[in-house]
Amino acid sequence: MIYFNAFLFAGTICLIGQIILDNTKLTPGHITSLFVVIGSLLDAFDIYDKFVLWCGGGALVPITSFGHLLIHGAMDTISQKGIMGIFTGMFDLTSAGIVSAIVFSFIFGLIFKPRD
Amino acid sequence: MDKNKYKDLVNKYSPKENRLYNGLIAFIIGGLMGIFGQLLIDVYSYYLHIPVKDASVFMIITLVFLGCFLTCLGFFDKMVSFARCGLIIPITGFAHSMMSATLEYKKEGIVTGMGANMFKLAGTVIMCGVVSAYLFGILRFLIMGV
Repeated sequence: MIYFNAFLFAGTICLIGQIILDNTKLTPGHITSLFVVIGSLLDAFDIYDKFVLWCGGGALVPITSFGHLLIHGAMDTISQKGIMGIFTGMFDLTSAGIVSAIVFSFIFGLIFKPRD
Repeated sequence: MDKNKYKDLVNKYSPKENRLYNGLIAFIIGGLMGIFGQLLIDVYSYYLHIPVKDASVFMIITLVFLGCFLTCLGFFDKMVSFARCGLIIPITGFAHSMMSATLEYKKEGIVTGMGANMFKLAGTVIMCGVVSAYLFGILRFLIMGV
């Protein structure tokens, strides 16, 4: 059942993005930024956690989970260390995605030649 | 030829995109990405005996790796132009934008080319994410405590 929910949730997010892309002049960069902001807004009020419980990986694959993980890391650290945690802990959970993207981009950038 | 007439002509002959078809493709490909993510989480947590939370981190790293690797091999650009938002909205789109910017500026050197331009496209995601998470985090802290 969780696979069906994952399909439905991730598909719906991508469908909304595609509708925005087709009907406005926004670029893909605008749309991904918009979805990150929506993800952090939803998580700030504990809504996104329910999506993660309900559809597992389907809610973690779209870029909305990036905003969700930013808020989550910040809030976890705030609960332990106080308000300064928003500065020290924001990247706690997202660092996996960012670090892996930087490292793989660097290594593959050294190895491969650009194609057109 | 006056300008409006020219615009009409361009509109008439430029290929029309089928929005319903685009949306359907994005829905299906995006949904399959969601299933693939959940499958990876299950496989990792089952075979490596790790909690689901760690398995989801591995899943994100795997997807980023696939996005970077397929971009280098040249497949991913064709896949993105076919599936559009179906592959841009998932985390693979983030990896793809970083990898393609890095490859594009490779000839300008490691520091001024790759390093300076790596975040050219992906930086907006991080900026918007951090600023919005900061604002909403403060808001949540003020309203609900933690």
